[in-house]
Amino acid sequence: MTIAVVKLGVGNTASVMFALERLGADALLTEDARQIGEAERVILPGVGAASFAMQRVDALGLRDTLRRFPRPLLGICLGQQLLFERSEEGDARGLALLPGTVTQMYASTAAPAPHMGWSRLLELAPSPLLDSVSQGAYVYFVHSFVCPLGPETLAEADYNGRFAAVVGRDNVYGCQFHPERSGATGARILANFLALPC
Amino acid sequence: MPAKRIIACLDVKGGRVVKGVRFEGHVDAGDPIALARYYRDEGADEIVIYDITASAERRTLDYQWLNQLARQLDIPLCVAGGIRTRDQALTCLNNGADKVSINSPALERPDFINELAKIAGSQCVVVGVDSRAHEGEWRVHQYTGSAETSRQTPRRTLDWIVEAQQRGAGEIVLNCMDSDGVREGYDIVQLQAARGLLSIPLIASGGAGVAQHFAQVFAKADVSGALAAGALHSGALRIADIKHAVATAGIEVRPC
Repeated sequence: MTIAVVKLGVGNTASVMFALERLGADALLTEDARQIGEAERVILPGVGAASFAMQRVDALGLRDTLRRFPRPLLGICLGQQLLFERSEEGDARGLALLPGTVTQMYASTAAPAPHMGWSRLLELAPSPLLDSVSQGAYVYFVHSFVCPLGPETLAEADYNGRFAAVVGRDNVYGCQFHPERSGATGARILANFLALPC
Repeated sequence: MPAKRIIACLDVKGGRVVKGVRFEGHVDAGDPIALARYYRDEGADEIVIYDITASAERRTLDYQWLNQLARQLDIPLCVAGGIRTRDQALTCLNNGADKVSINSPALERPDFINELAKIAGSQCVVVGVDSRAHEGEWRVHQYTGSAETSRQTPRRTLDWIVEAQQRGAGEIVLNCMDSDGVREGYDIVQLQAARGLLSIPLIASGGAGVAQHFAQVFAKADVSGALAAGALHSGALRIADIKHAVATAGIEVRPC
């Protein structure tokens, strides 16, 4: 089985590839629309700015490929943010697979931004993606923008307020944190994603 | 708030961990990859690999080696040592580092912080600062990898960390040289002063000796993480004991 990891230029895609390798998955790092469209499942990683990433998505002709992808799709960190309609970061127009706007996190001396570190997953909804993941499990976050809570929220996290840490609707999933850098919990979530029926 | 991070720092010289490693049993004493994996299993929240002589020797890390380490590690990895160009930083990220920490090169050319933040995002850019008190003021030091190259710069530490933040740094690691290696605790006064000026995470470095020092620095200076090297490698301190002491003080840590 082939997992396409979308190459959006700058970003720590290497750690995602390594995590898939540790799970014994056959993954391909690619920016090719045809390879992505034909993959068994797709991971959309990415760090950096939303507007820059969406420019890349459009320049590579990936907007429709990703929007219409019928099998499991997982956005990681910025990749989750791109699933929403728009982001305040550079006023980017997202893939609009999920409703709502990604907003900037409030930063202060008391609550430094980015939110960088291990925080707990709260209010877990039943989902195959979170199979065997316990309430309160710690995962590693690095982000300055947050996704809105809604019916598609599968888990919340709290940093200066609650936000969507895991989302899912139909075949589309997202993690705001980095499962590839979240120890055993992260590995479990990635393994769950790889086990989702196609 | 996220759990306070306990960060294991491996100071590497010539491909081996230095600073008096005295491990027994299953861990090869000075092999950085074995040691990084060991700390991961022990419950470290992050690993920092610091090639201490790279900057002074005008070179950077061994990418192949970094790739090998990153492949095996499932917790955050930050690398430091001689990263002074955009390509070097990106190559580190492409080989599996999550963050690059820049110190002397940022002092040589402060615009480097802006450039990196712009292309890789602030979250990838850590600015390391070596600081020492001099005539009643904290001053930044450069090329601290060896005694022969280390020198004081005219910059005031507190000015420099604010400038680094404004330029786009995503995190500051403040290494308080006066307490480094002494194992009598972190420099709470300096860290408090730094913390009050920053709206990005601050990591304490230098001085950890006993588990209680971590509880103190979190309680008093409210740093986001605390880094330890020598005290961990010598076996004097274990991550589990540190986390137990911090949790007992009522401060959130990720369980081991």
